[in-house]
Amino acid sequence: MVTAFDEMTGSGSECRQGYEIVDTWLKNTPPELLRQRRHEAELLFRRIGITFAVYGDAEGEERLIPFDIVPRVITRPEWERLAAGLVQRVTALNLFLDDVYGKGEIVRAGIIPEDLVYKNPYYRPEMQGVALPHKIWVSIAGIDIVRVDADTFYVLEDNARTPSGVSYMLENREVMLRLFPDLCARHRIAPVENYADELLATLKSMAPRTASADPTVALLTPGPFNSAYYEHSFLADKLGAELVEGTDLYVRENVVYMRTTEGPKRVDVIYRRLDDDFIDPLAFRPDSVLGVPGLMAAYRAGNVTLANAVGTGVSDDKAVYSYMPEIIRFYTGKDAILKNVPTWRCREPDALKYVLDHLPELVVKEVDGSGGYGMLVGPKADAAKIETFRAKLKAHPEKFIAQPTLALSTCPTFVDEGVAPRHVDLRPYVLTGADGVRVVPGGLTRVALQEGSLVVNSSQGGGTKDTWVVDVPTAHQSQSIQQAQQQQQSAAIFI
Amino acid sequence: MLSRTADSLFWLSRYVERAENTARIIDAASRLAALPTGYGTTGNEWESALAATGCLDAFTEVYGEEATADATIDFLAFSPANPSSIKSCLEIARFNARAVRTALTAEMWETINSAWLELKDYGPGELDLGRLADFLRFVKRTSLAFDGSAYRTMLRSDAYWFTRVGVFIERADATARLLDVKYHVLLPPEAQIGGSLDYFQWSSILRAVSAQTSYHWVYRQSLKPWLVADLMILNRQMPRSLAACYESITRNLDLIAHRYGRQGASQRHARSLFTQLDSTDVDTVIAGGLHEFLSDFIAENARLGALITEQYLV
Repeated sequence: MVTAFDEMTGSGSECRQGYEIVDTWLKNTPPELLRQRRHEAELLFRRIGITFAVYGDAEGEERLIPFDIVPRVITRPEWERLAAGLVQRVTALNLFLDDVYGKGEIVRAGIIPEDLVYKNPYYRPEMQGVALPHKIWVSIAGIDIVRVDADTFYVLEDNARTPSGVSYMLENREVMLRLFPDLCARHRIAPVENYADELLATLKSMAPRTASADPTVALLTPGPFNSAYYEHSFLADKLGAELVEGTDLYVRENVVYMRTTEGPKRVDVIYRRLDDDFIDPLAFRPDSVLGVPGLMAAYRAGNVTLANAVGTGVSDDKAVYSYMPEIIRFYTGKDAILKNVPTWRCREPDALKYVLDHLPELVVKEVDGSGGYGMLVGPKADAAKIETFRAKLKAHPEKFIAQPTLALSTCPTFVDEGVAPRHVDLRPYVLTGADGVRVVPGGLTRVALQEGSLVVNSSQGGGTKDTWVVDVPTAHQSQSIQQAQQQQQSAAIFI
Repeated sequence: MLSRTADSLFWLSRYVERAENTARIIDAASRLAALPTGYGTTGNEWESALAATGCLDAFTEVYGEEATADATIDFLAFSPANPSSIKSCLEIARFNARAVRTALTAEMWETINSAWLELKDYGPGELDLGRLADFLRFVKRTSLAFDGSAYRTMLRSDAYWFTRVGVFIERADATARLLDVKYHVLLPPEAQIGGSLDYFQWSSILRAVSAQTSYHWVYRQSLKPWLVADLMILNRQMPRSLAACYESITRNLDLIAHRYGRQGASQRHARSLFTQLDSTDVDTVIAGGLHEFLSDFIAENARLGALITEQYLV
């Protein structure tokens, strides 16, 4: 495998623009002090109660996601280009969903195979022909981005269902400001704390037309036993919205109400952090006790807005992902700003043959998998694991895609041995409301703390970092920024 | 606010208050148990402690034996088999807090979450008295910090009022039970029970509610059992007295009713109890039977909890 690009030192011993102060800081701060600060950060997280639950782990009912105290720096020009690509991508996702649940023009045009859409397990026939008031399906997207060199970013996944992790983006910044005020003050860091306000504005903009001027927003959680419960309560708090469980809501005459101390109160917009399958036992899984009976009927009647809409999973499936460049071109008439990772769809015989011949070099993923589970990282796997996957691929090729193993960029990270490069990815959050698209500069950086590991998922031992979008002197802006700014003009963007 | 949120807030504050009350009772019982026989101790202080926390039956069921110091402290402080043990209370409180985090201030959450984390440092089987004293101090400190952070940081709205009502219903229950267990030593001398040796029993009751100094300030005389009863039941200056608790309960329930624009069964019931406490005197109470008075009160107080649940929390 080629040596990974390091975001601070590039490919050698230089110091890249934006990292100068962090570099000096790392060189001049004794490791004991860094260790002490890391300990303080952990205490802070534990006291605030930022924990997550790991499924299948009886002992650690609540655990901390490890936090790395070395910030990741992205310069403003780099960010502007990324943001333009994100806006373009999410805009296309929304147009795609509105199309496949409407006339299905993209399928009729032969751009994407019919069965990939309409036989997709995340396709919801219940939504076919439903005209969403503002044609917005994905209000909150978390797009996973990886970087391989100074100029190249790839989109790894589009999370268009219920992406999580944004609370870490917000809390990581708070912790950095508390622990390293000097270091923060010496940079011009774009703030992220307005995320909740932007989210609230987005949600309110999508209220049903029958709602009052000040619509009631609620956040629907599966409850305290869910792994992301901390985030749900954190966001509800910042939004000033009620954090509701299924039992707090009921539907009467196709209107959703919550049970309050003052009697029933109408709910207009539900930011739901509950999967499609569970939201309404009458429409989907009858055994779900987490949902609200009748919610789908109220939704289809247009009396309540769900964010994200039901059925968005059909767009973030990994097989559909491989068509994103074509999807973007079809709806926007432009080439994708952000690249897709080259993807072999194992459902296609030629691709399958290639994948089977090159398993030790490739990453194989389930098309509907998430959380880093059920994947093969060829270069890291032993012969037995490769053979297991070979058998799985032969049995159900349509369930898998394969991608080349990318040399993910690394960032300096404070680990037990000291400061060392570790692989990272980035999840920025893109908000789409009736009044435009909003991207808060930054996102969640996940870091694989094990040396050489490429799996950044928190459920698999990954940690997080604060992500700084910093201003740099304009004289250094490269040509690519100007290009990005031109492309940006075509999309409504508030940064 | 959501009914479920109000319910969790109500019980959150009740459980924190209950943890503190239990800690105070353990503290008082261990003092009494340490006195030489002949100083008015009955020899079954630990059984009284179990009775005062309403746990005697549950204890017998689990241990099926005499209430020894070790077994009782274990049961009241740590036992998972006892839903009202201090440890259980703080765990349930934290669970409720987690479910309604959005309704709590950062300080309240940090207090209860830190306590829950620190709780892991204490466990049964390490009952040397110094360590026990540390534990009881920790529990009282937690309750004070929680109450204080609620008082100082919560918005004065229905969420705050429900936590207040929870605190005072729980506190009134604890005071009434404590007195009921000791009612025989509070009866006047002609009842043929007690005597000067009961002095330490009376002082232990006052100590359990941090009221020794208050007693002397209010009555300016040596301990008299009927004055102890007066202080704990009827004196509105005394923050743990039944009358003071009901003064607060009626005020907070009225604030809720005013905000929602509607009075209900819980407001009426609370007001009638408060009026009874406010319009009687200690002689009347004792003449009518102290034990009967207290048993009635405990039942009526529980009924108020049920009415509040019916009116607001489901």
